[in-house]
Amino acid sequence: MSSTLGSSIVKKLLMSLSGLFLITFLLVHLTVNSFLLIPDGGEFFNAGAHFMATNPAIRVIEPLLAIGFLIHILYGIKLTIENRKARGSARYASGKKTTGVTWASQNMLVLGITIAAFLVLHIAHFWVKMKLTGDPLLEHTTITIGGVETEVENSYALVNYTFSYLWVVIVYVIAAVGLAIHLSHGFWSAFQTIGFSNEIWRKRLTVLGNLFAVLIGFGFSIIPVLQYLFYQG
Amino acid sequence: MENSINIKLKVWRQAGPKAKGRFETYELSNISTDSSFLEMFDILNEQLINKGEEPVAFDHDCREGICGMCSLYINGRPHGPDDDVTTCQLHMRKFKDGQTITIEPWRSAGFPVIKDLIVDRTAFDQIIASGGYVSVNTGGIPDANAIPIPKPDADEAMDAASCIGCGACVAACKNGSAMLFVSAKVSQMALLPQGRVEATRRAKNMVAKMDELGFGNCTNTGACEVECPKGISLANIARLNREFLKASLQD
Repeated sequence: MSSTLGSSIVKKLLMSLSGLFLITFLLVHLTVNSFLLIPDGGEFFNAGAHFMATNPAIRVIEPLLAIGFLIHILYGIKLTIENRKARGSARYASGKKTTGVTWASQNMLVLGITIAAFLVLHIAHFWVKMKLTGDPLLEHTTITIGGVETEVENSYALVNYTFSYLWVVIVYVIAAVGLAIHLSHGFWSAFQTIGFSNEIWRKRLTVLGNLFAVLIGFGFSIIPVLQYLFYQG
Repeated sequence: MENSINIKLKVWRQAGPKAKGRFETYELSNISTDSSFLEMFDILNEQLINKGEEPVAFDHDCREGICGMCSLYINGRPHGPDDDVTTCQLHMRKFKDGQTITIEPWRSAGFPVIKDLIVDRTAFDQIIASGGYVSVNTGGIPDANAIPIPKPDADEAMDAASCIGCGACVAACKNGSAMLFVSAKVSQMALLPQGRVEATRRAKNMVAKMDELGFGNCTNTGACEVECPKGISLANIARLNREFLKASLQD
């Protein structure tokens, strides 16, 4: 086993598994975020955020998520460096005219860097304020969860305030589109790498991956846009 | 329909592995559109020899698309503008009168240039030697149908076996990966009972050799499949991944 651990296929397996883990995270994240679209002054979203903040399972999953991101980013960089070396320095003078190769599949690193840059901003916007520094906007508010009055942090107020800036909304939409393009290749590619693909499943996975990419891209763009347009004041 | 064309060639010339290469321009007139790309090269070389110049070195052998010797990166694509054919099966009717044709060797760190358009593809032979075979104890001839094989499996194995090892997959790959080649060579045997016996060792040894020789990591872009003159499918790469991961878990 030790000889196979450094093999190209095992390195790619790590990319694939961490990618699939991050895909599940995106689904959970989008589900909670969709509560922002319920026009109830953020009560349901606050309940969701309270559940995510206090749930003991999240304490375990949060560091796992950080490790997932780290593996995906570090191995992405490592594999790209190795591939540059394997390709060599010589380039074709007549260019590359191969048709039918998606732009996304050739630019996964660039898209990944875009997403990582957004991630830094995103963590500064919310995670740092909610978990570390606190923010006056997060002042406790009382909501009713299942008939019980509960005092929770007003996460909705922070989200609502953050999305009152047009530049924030624009950056979030660009990141969501970048993420969607990244997923349009990443989704099926992850399954191909673990060996779960053949002539038939490749078509199914590509369609499913594109649908998932559109769902994620559209979902994560429409929430800040609607927050900016209709939920202010 | 024109029967002959005049063309301008931009050909990569490189005296040796360490020498610095450059493009040289040649003009050819009255090339029959029915001639093959390599016949056009023969005409060029004849003219160069008659002028006392060094002919262009290029790989070729059977000239009927099955040996895997011919290569050439023509106008931005391995094996040129036609689909599913090798350079020797490419015809001059695919080019226009007055067109400039750029011809380069395969470019990948795993395939260093030997001279002009010839690259060193012995890395592929080394990968085959590491496990791309079936060990047989010779004896009497077995009955043809003694081992039943489902038709779809036999067909898929045959499709994988049509890989001629020309290296167009590596030449087209932005990662310099040889996964399409290795996956075809593993698949053609993994699908058949005779190949199953050594399947574990084969998958591990061939992937290890591929990595050791410095080929890149596949990112599933699919450029290899598009440029493969034999239409080898990406499904083979999924099978190789399966075979390799299964083999690793068995240790």
